[in-house]
Order: sequence, then structure tokens, then C-alpha cells
Amino acid sequence: MNEISPPKEERSAALSGLGTSRKRVEDARFTQGKGNYVDDIKLPGMLFGDFVRSPYAHARVKSINTEKAMAVPGVHAVLTAADLEPLSLHWMPTLAGDKQMVLADGKVLFQAQEVAFVVADDRYAAADGVAAVEVEYEELPVIVDPFKAEVDGAPILREDIADQKEGAHGPRRHPNHIFTWESGDREATQAVLEQADVVAEEMIYYHRTHPCPLETCGSVASMDKVNGKLTVWGTFQAPHAVRTVASLISGIAEHNIRIISPDIGGGFGNKVGVYPGYVCSIVASIVTGVPVKWVEDRSDNLMATAFARDYWMKGRISATKDGKITALHCHTTADHGAFDACADPTKFPAGFMNICTGSYDIPTAYLAVDGIYTNKAPGGVAYRCSFRVTEAAYFIERMIEVLAIKLNMDAAELRSKNFIKKEQFPYQSALGWEYDSGDYHTGWEKALKAVGYEDLRKEQAERVEAFKRGETRKLLGIGLSHFTEIVGAGPVKNCDILGLGMFDSCEIRIHPTGSAIARLGTISQGQGHATTFAQILASEIGIPAEDITLEEGDTDTAPYGLGTYGSRSTPVAGAATAMAGRKIRAKAQMIAAYLLEVHDNDLEWDVDRFVVKGSPERFKTMKEIAFASYNQAIPGVEPGLEAVSYYDPPNMTYPFGSYVCVMEIDVDTGTTEIRQVFALDDCGTRINPMIIEGQVHGGLTEALAIAMGQEIAYDEKGNVTTGTLMDFFIPTAVETPNYQTDYTVTPSPHHPIGAKGVGESPNVGGVPAFSNAVHDAFRAFGLTQTHMPHDHWRIWKTAESLGLHD
Amino acid sequence: MEKMHIKMTVNGKNVDLLTEPRTLLIHALREELGITGPHVGCSSSHCGACTIDMNGMSVKSCSVFAAQADGAEITTIEGLGTPDALHVLQEMFKEHHGLQCGYCTPGMITRAYRLLQENPTPTEEEVRFGIAGNLCRCTGYQNIVKAILEAATKMNEMKESA
Repeated sequence: MNEISPPKEERSAALSGLGTSRKRVEDARFTQGKGNYVDDIKLPGMLFGDFVRSPYAHARVKSINTEKAMAVPGVHAVLTAADLEPLSLHWMPTLAGDKQMVLADGKVLFQAQEVAFVVADDRYAAADGVAAVEVEYEELPVIVDPFKAEVDGAPILREDIADQKEGAHGPRRHPNHIFTWESGDREATQAVLEQADVVAEEMIYYHRTHPCPLETCGSVASMDKVNGKLTVWGTFQAPHAVRTVASLISGIAEHNIRIISPDIGGGFGNKVGVYPGYVCSIVASIVTGVPVKWVEDRSDNLMATAFARDYWMKGRISATKDGKITALHCHTTADHGAFDACADPTKFPAGFMNICTGSYDIPTAYLAVDGIYTNKAPGGVAYRCSFRVTEAAYFIERMIEVLAIKLNMDAAELRSKNFIKKEQFPYQSALGWEYDSGDYHTGWEKALKAVGYEDLRKEQAERVEAFKRGETRKLLGIGLSHFTEIVGAGPVKNCDILGLGMFDSCEIRIHPTGSAIARLGTISQGQGHATTFAQILASEIGIPAEDITLEEGDTDTAPYGLGTYGSRSTPVAGAATAMAGRKIRAKAQMIAAYLLEVHDNDLEWDVDRFVVKGSPERFKTMKEIAFASYNQAIPGVEPGLEAVSYYDPPNMTYPFGSYVCVMEIDVDTGTTEIRQVFALDDCGTRINPMIIEGQVHGGLTEALAIAMGQEIAYDEKGNVTTGTLMDFFIPTAVETPNYQTDYTVTPSPHHPIGAKGVGESPNVGGVPAFSNAVHDAFRAFGLTQTHMPHDHWRIWKTAESLGLHD
Repeated sequence: MEKMHIKMTVNGKNVDLLTEPRTLLIHALREELGITGPHVGCSSSHCGACTIDMNGMSVKSCSVFAAQADGAEITTIEGLGTPDALHVLQEMFKEHHGLQCGYCTPGMITRAYRLLQENPTPTEEEVRFGIAGNLCRCTGYQNIVKAILEAATKMNEMKESA
């Protein structure tokens, strides 16, 4: 017989479970400078590696002379492709079914490509060695424009596969063509477009940019020849996949490879891929017998390591006269750079670009994507978005605006008229997805009301009149965006990377005194997993979150999972965590039944304990059950209290949101001032509102950067002109506005706790909101489309082209 | 390359260092003294992840030679508080969710520390301008600004009650 339980609310609050703004457990070490990032790792005898990189975008490598470099004090080795070839490591497979040079094999295909790897005592000696390597190049003609890659006389970039008519994703029509990927019904879409009342057509370019996490990529490889074990610490968003790839390409058995992702200083998609630096640090450690560190510098990172976007999206959208959308057609030319190194699920070479029908009930649609090789860096990663989802969202949210202009209709009304209705969920899209749940109208109306939409439109109209009268030189833009994401890849039946199904995992061990450790297949890069996953578990198993240690990122201890990107941690690993927790609870129920001498059906779960139905004074807490699992011989029940769950999600999740940006634009200087940003998100069940809000602030700021100035630009010779933070725009606290956030909650029906994921939503929804604000300001003066990034110079040019400076 | 002797005070301790004249201060701190709180983000003085306090000024230690710090008094994030007695800024960054990946945090807090010495009662605009040399890719600054303003209020209250 027990004492009477404290009230439910009190016990529930003590757990800091789902829905509480629990403070982050990570912060103690980060605020005291005690994080442990890859460059903080220092091992005895460790050497440092650095790359000789190509100054040319396309050139034949005639010779590499390492003699002088080897004579530099402190230099131990210089690796070239010739050294890697006997190990078959001069090329490596990419995540997209292509292959990539680890070190230049006869030619270079983009500026800053890795040519040789110098290993020295420290980074200074390595830099001396890099400067002393002599490489003789013969320049070749360059392709920087994907539309010129297949014209007569275009240089052939990938001579290694020039004769292959079949690539990893079907037929190739030209040596510089990678794949054509189609989705939807081309003929039906064409037929609707031909008969339509109204058709709007536009080329929407989503420029090349870069995730640019504050910490660059790096690795420390340590080959222990005595035990035959290779350990690699690195900036890996998917440590288990890296282990499998490392085993497959190196021939080292997988159990002899240990991959550790320490603290990661931001990822945003930049740290999903496998880079030549990782491979070279491993080979160098094997060659030298001591640990070797490689950490790229900022320019290496911007110029060579995983760009994002570079999609030319040609759209046609049709509607009835009163604005009901009837069809959408999209043809995308995708500039992949020199190697196809996108990190998309295998069956989706253009990612989930076929979410491009967005939030709208569009009955007929067709999408085709052509992947093209150019003399630019490889990548095409999902920079704070699920695979190509930000491209898709930008495309449809621009096309809606273009259609609104053609229809002479208000863009908010046009959206509202075409939203998928609440009762249509689960909704089958024309391009093959099943949207799990949504309520678009409610959030949209809430957002428009919050910003005072009608008054804003009146103010805008008055501003235009005042401008025409010469009373002001500033215009007002109202940027609208309603996005639907597709995240949480994904169901093993259609999602894999290199054949590895995209499930995820959680393993829980309850200690005798009632605290616990949980390990996951994912890895935090700032999202606060150690805080939030403990909250999910606290609510499932009734152990306070503060008594649960959470570990990720060590492949020797964590269960196998596909890592953290594409907002997949909450939808997939979060689900695995809840399911593993439920297994713990099921066993705990049997133990409690034995201890209370009742049938387990006679027990019910009550926050942190099992209670005998109808006898609230008879219960066993999880803490009591945990101890009993270690000290009682219970017939038919194994000792201990552990569980593991590998979760294969039945569907993706579909977060959505309504964003509005109000922007002032100075026509004479092209400068902009953001007056208001309102972001309403629906990510289903909310685990930690404080962290959600933080994610929204951060994602909006990355969206602001992308829309308003951030780009990786090339000149006609393939030189990167934005390769430092001097030229590559990252907003400071001065350019960044304050954000207003709000939410609705539409749980995912198939996720164990109804959560959908949120980290990437603000980037997906934010870019069109900012860009649409710029476009909207000039709508009254005849602007239909101008390409991002909307820096001051480009905005000034837009005003100039519209005759506003006359 | 011939090495040289450098004497500094780092977080209250006297340090005698033998290093090459070309060694950057950030590398001397991180690699020779094991002070890994300040980070390298750009090596070109744009991002501020390497910010330290040197002779009463915020300094980007990636753009200073260790030799230039001879005789200097240096404070890094490690010297601002202890696990048992955190600096108010450290507490407020946690309280207001002013950090995510943590990479910019040591530089950001160290800069905020000096900012509040320079201006103990800053406006929001002054805080934003005062930390414009420190980039953050995760937070969008809103909660960082909130944390610094709240720390300023608390520090002033502590001063008044002392």
C-alpha cells in the first residue's frame, strides 16, 4: 500500500515533458567554452593536412612535382591521385550515384578542386608545403552556363563517362547531361494548358548559394595499426552512413571503423556529404601511422564544399478567369557542377522537387528536371530544407504571384481560393504525394489578420499615388508566402541513400535507480536533441527529462540511423524514441502487475506510474519498477529494462505555414528596410516551444540572407567571385529584424506523437516571403519577375529598368 | 623558423610561450595553451568566433599575431565564469535561448561582456550595433539581443545593491 499520489499536474510538470519550454542541457558546456568540436581534438603525434587546390575551373593537369614540398621543414608526405590509385581511392562514389575525384586525376573540373594533399607537423608547415607543390596546368574551355552545356562544340567535361549513354538515373542524351527526371502527366497537363482561360509563364531562378555553417568541415582520422581499428572524428551529419561508405571504399571491415561526430558547429546540409578531405585524412593516417587532422578554411568551404540550389525553373500555370488553378507545368534545368554529389534519396535525383504544387489543389501537373554538368563545385545539398523543397516552394510561391498579376487579382485571395481544404486531407497531389494533414485556411486568415492585411494594401496604394506625385521615393512591398514542406525521409519502401533505408532508431536503457540513457541514430548540430528527445521520452516513460542522458554520433555505441538533415530527426528518430519508450512501458507494466499481484490488464498508466484501476492508492512508480527490474526474479520476464526501436515511417510529414513580410524599398539607393515579419508555423505537436521559436528565428535569418544578398557567383572563366565572408553575405544583428511568431497545431495522424519537424520550415517559407515583398513593391510599375538575390544593386537596376529614376 | 618568447596573462594566469613569430594569437591560445573556447570561423576577422578580450578591448584573435600580444592581459570565455559561479551573461544566454550550435557563443559572450563595460545601459539598437562584428548562423540574433539586454539589467541591479 502506497501513500496517495501527488496531483497529476504536479507530477506531470516535474517531468519537463512534451510541450514545455525546457532550458537546454547543451548550454552549460557551450556557454563556458567547453564544447568539443572537431578542431578541438588533439591527439598525440597528430599531423595536419591541407590541400593544393586548382586555380582553374577546367584544365588538364600536365604534371605535379612534389619534390620541393617534401623538402619543406615539417612536411611528412604529399599525396596525389597517383598515390591513391593503387588503393582505388583516387575517385569515390557520391551519394547521388555518380563518382567524384578525391584528388585531380588528369584534369580539374572546378576552381578550388583538390589536387594534392600535404601532410605536415602543423597547419603552418602544411601551408608552406602547399605553396611549394608545383603543378603544371593546361587551361581548357569552361562551361558556367548550364544552357550552353549541350550546344555544338561544347567542351566535354566528364571524359571518364563521356561514352556512357546510361547514368544512375536513366538515359543521358549528351556527355554533359546527367539525367532527366519526370513526375506527373505531361500530355494531360499540356492539354489543360492549351485549353485554359488564362496561362501565366515565367522563368524562376533560384540562384547558387551555400549553407556556410560557422564551423567549416573537418576530420581527424586515427588508424590504430596494432588493433586494426580506424577511428574518425568529423563534421558528419550522418555518421553511420559515413561508416558504411568508408568501409565500402576502403575495404576496412565495418566493425573496425568507428565514426564519431563530436559537437557540430552548424550543418544546414553542408555536412551530409563525403568530401575528399575526409578520405585524404584517413589515407594519410594509414600511410603515416599517426592521427591526421584536416580542417578546411572558410574559402575552401565556400568554393569547394557542397553548394546549394542553382535551379532554373521554367513554369506555366493555368487558371479559370475567376482564378481557380487548373494545371501546373515545370521544366527545371539543374546545374549540378562537375560531379553529381547531391545528397538526395536514391530514387529522387531532383529530391522532392515534385512537392512543387505546394499548398494548392492543382488537379493536373507535370515536372521534368534535367541535371547538367558545368565547371562549378559539386553539391546541390539541401541547405536548411528537405531535398529540393525550398526550390519547389519558391517556384510555386512565385508562380502564384505571377498568376495573380495576370489575373489582376489579389495574391492573398488567389491563394485562399486554391488552398487544399481541411476536409481533403489526407490529400493526394497530382505529382504523387499523400499530404498527411493540414488546415491552411485557419492559419492563413490568422496571419492576414495579425498583420492588418487590408490596411496594408490601402497604405501601399496610397504610397504608390504619393510616389507618382513625387512626394516619396520609397515603395512598400507586402510579401506573402504559404508553404507546404515534405520532410521526415523516409519510408524505406521508397527512400534510401546508397541502398540504406532511411529509417531511424533509438535505444533506451533504464538504470536501477530510475534514471536512463537513450541513444539515437541522429546527430544534433545545434537543434538541441539532448534536450528535446529527453522530453519525448519523459512523457512516454514517466522519468523526468533531467534524469535522461541522451547520446548521439558515436557509431560504436549508437544504433544505426541515417542522421540529421531534411528535418528528419523529429519525424523519424523522434518517432523511434516514442516507440522505444512504449516498449519500456509495456515491460514495466508486466513488472508492476507482478509487484502489485494483479493482471496487467487491471493497470492503467498515470503520468509516471502504473495504478490499479479503481484503486488509486495501489500503484508502482517507474522508479520502483526500474529497481525491481534489476532485483526481482519475475517469472517469464527477463531482468533489466531496455528497449530498442527501429522506426520505418509509413509516410512523410507535411509541415506548413503562413508568412508575411512588409518591406520598405528606397528606389534611388536600392536599399531595403524590413518593417515586419510575421511567421505562423504548424509543425504538428510541439515538443519544446522555446526551441521551435529559436529554429524559426534562425531559419528566417538564413532565408533573409539567401533572398537579399547571399550567393556563390562565378565569372565567365569559372572563378568564384564570392569566396570569402567579405563577398558572401551573412546578415549581422544590424540587418536582421525582430520576428513575430505564431502557430496552429494540426498533428500528423501517422506519427506516434503527432510531431512533424520544424527546423527547415522558416527557410522554405521565408525565402518566398522576402522575395515576394521585393516583387510586390514594384508590381504597380509593371514588374513580373526579377531574380534573387535582391541586393541593393539589383534592386536599383530593377527600379532603373522600370523607368523609376527618370 | 626561429621561435620567440612571449609573456602574457591569460585568464589571470601568467603564461610564457615559445612560438614562431607568424603564429596567430588564436592558434597560440587553442593549440599551444589548450584554450579551445574561442573558435576559428573565417580567419579573416569577419565572423568574430575568435573574439577575446585583450587589454580591455574586444579583439579578433585570428587577426593578431601572438607576438603582438606580448605583455598583454587576455580574458577568454574560460575566464568569465566558473561552473559554480557563472557570469550573468552565461546564465542569460541559457535562460533566453541565445545559442544553438554553440560555435559563435564564446566569442559572442566575450564581446557582450566588453560591450556592457563600454555601455552598461545599452538600447536594443546599441546592442545590435555592438555585436555586429560577431556572426551567428543559428539564432537570428533576437534571443541573443534579449539575453544581453537582460544581463545588463541584472548587472546594474547587482551593482546598485552592492
